[in-house]
Amino acid sequence: MKKHNWKQILRQWDEGRFDLTMALPEQTEPDHAGPDLPYRWDRRDRVRALERRELRLFERMYPWLSALLCVVIVLWLFWAVAELPAFGDPQAPAHNQVMERYVGRGTQETGAVNTVAGVILDYRAFDTLGESHVLFAAATAVLVLLMAAGKEDGEYRRELAIMHTESILRNTVRVIVPVVLLFGLYVMFNGHLGPGGGFSGGAVLGAGLILYAISFGFDAIERFLNFRSYRATVLVSLCFYSLAKCYAFFCGANHLPVIFSAGTPGRIFSAGLILPLNLAVGLIVACTMYGFYSVFKRGRI
Amino acid sequence: MLQTLWENRIQCVAVLIFAVGFSTLLLHRNLVKKIIGLNIMDTAAYLFLTSIGYIRGRLAPIIVGTDTDPSHYANPLPAGLVLTGIVVSVSVTALMLALTIRLYDQYHTLNLDEIYYMALREQEGGQ
Repeated sequence: MKKHNWKQILRQWDEGRFDLTMALPEQTEPDHAGPDLPYRWDRRDRVRALERRELRLFERMYPWLSALLCVVIVLWLFWAVAELPAFGDPQAPAHNQVMERYVGRGTQETGAVNTVAGVILDYRAFDTLGESHVLFAAATAVLVLLMAAGKEDGEYRRELAIMHTESILRNTVRVIVPVVLLFGLYVMFNGHLGPGGGFSGGAVLGAGLILYAISFGFDAIERFLNFRSYRATVLVSLCFYSLAKCYAFFCGANHLPVIFSAGTPGRIFSAGLILPLNLAVGLIVACTMYGFYSVFKRGRI
Repeated sequence: MLQTLWENRIQCVAVLIFAVGFSTLLLHRNLVKKIIGLNIMDTAAYLFLTSIGYIRGRLAPIIVGTDTDPSHYANPLPAGLVLTGIVVSVSVTALMLALTIRLYDQYHTLNLDEIYYMALREQEGGQ
């Protein structure tokens, strides 16, 4: 198969307007044109025409080949689905002794009534620590990318000036935002007792902060959440999470007693480290959500 | 086979959503639409994982009272895995959008072909 020189093909497009399927000047001159003819059909032109023809073929074939690839993958996956155990089957191999251990002894061992919280913040807490760091790394990368762009505040100021006249939005948000923030905190604090946890509660909290920033502007939110407090919150949360889990894993591996006891399952202050870890994760998620919005909107936090 | 497919129809829907996302990713030249396609693919993966964790007739894995019999609750593990997936997907989406914004600032277009073409031109001009 011939190797495509994409660089050269792309250079050819320089001549005309940019269109992948742009009409080629059809060259019908024979290869052995005489010197009396005004245009000589030399080797370079032939290569160029050939490559353009191949490129046009590629452009024409690409959607069909993509569709074919999709169809093949879908049929392949359907075949896999047909081989899977039936939906909701209690005998499926996914529901093995790991799940029995987590559900059967999770509450006793971790103190969390919500088994999922027990799994992600106790048995598999390193996984969640990694997730928090992924969020932190993503927020940092976005900040670096967009702060370097040096976005001007002017456009956002103009939008804000328009927004200040939107009394319906501002008065609605005045009523809604406290409820949203309170609900976010409730979901975070309730993570070990019921549906919820740091990630969902943090997302609700972040949404409330974004709503507040949309309607009242960043100046209002910077009274309590500026770049310094953002940095401090994320740093303290990540460090607390890492240190707490290091301590717990160290003690667990060496059969030492842990000062955080499982407590009485069902109480708000129970489940050992799960409640503070939920809070740490929730703060990280909320700050990251708000940070994404702020960075995308005005290029800084 | 058809009967199994009908029993696993939720997984079939997940496969179809995956196909929608994958074809969006392949067929659109617009970078934002490619990111949307990738997100649809993520959603299909979550649906698939969540459906694996479901067990017919059992409760969500939140212990009721003192009943810790594993045969009364659904599987908590896929839920935790989906949580990981969602977080990573959010992070990756934000990073991709930030890169797209930078590309747009540089080339004033979202079409991948045009960006590639202009990047090559810049590279040649620099040499």
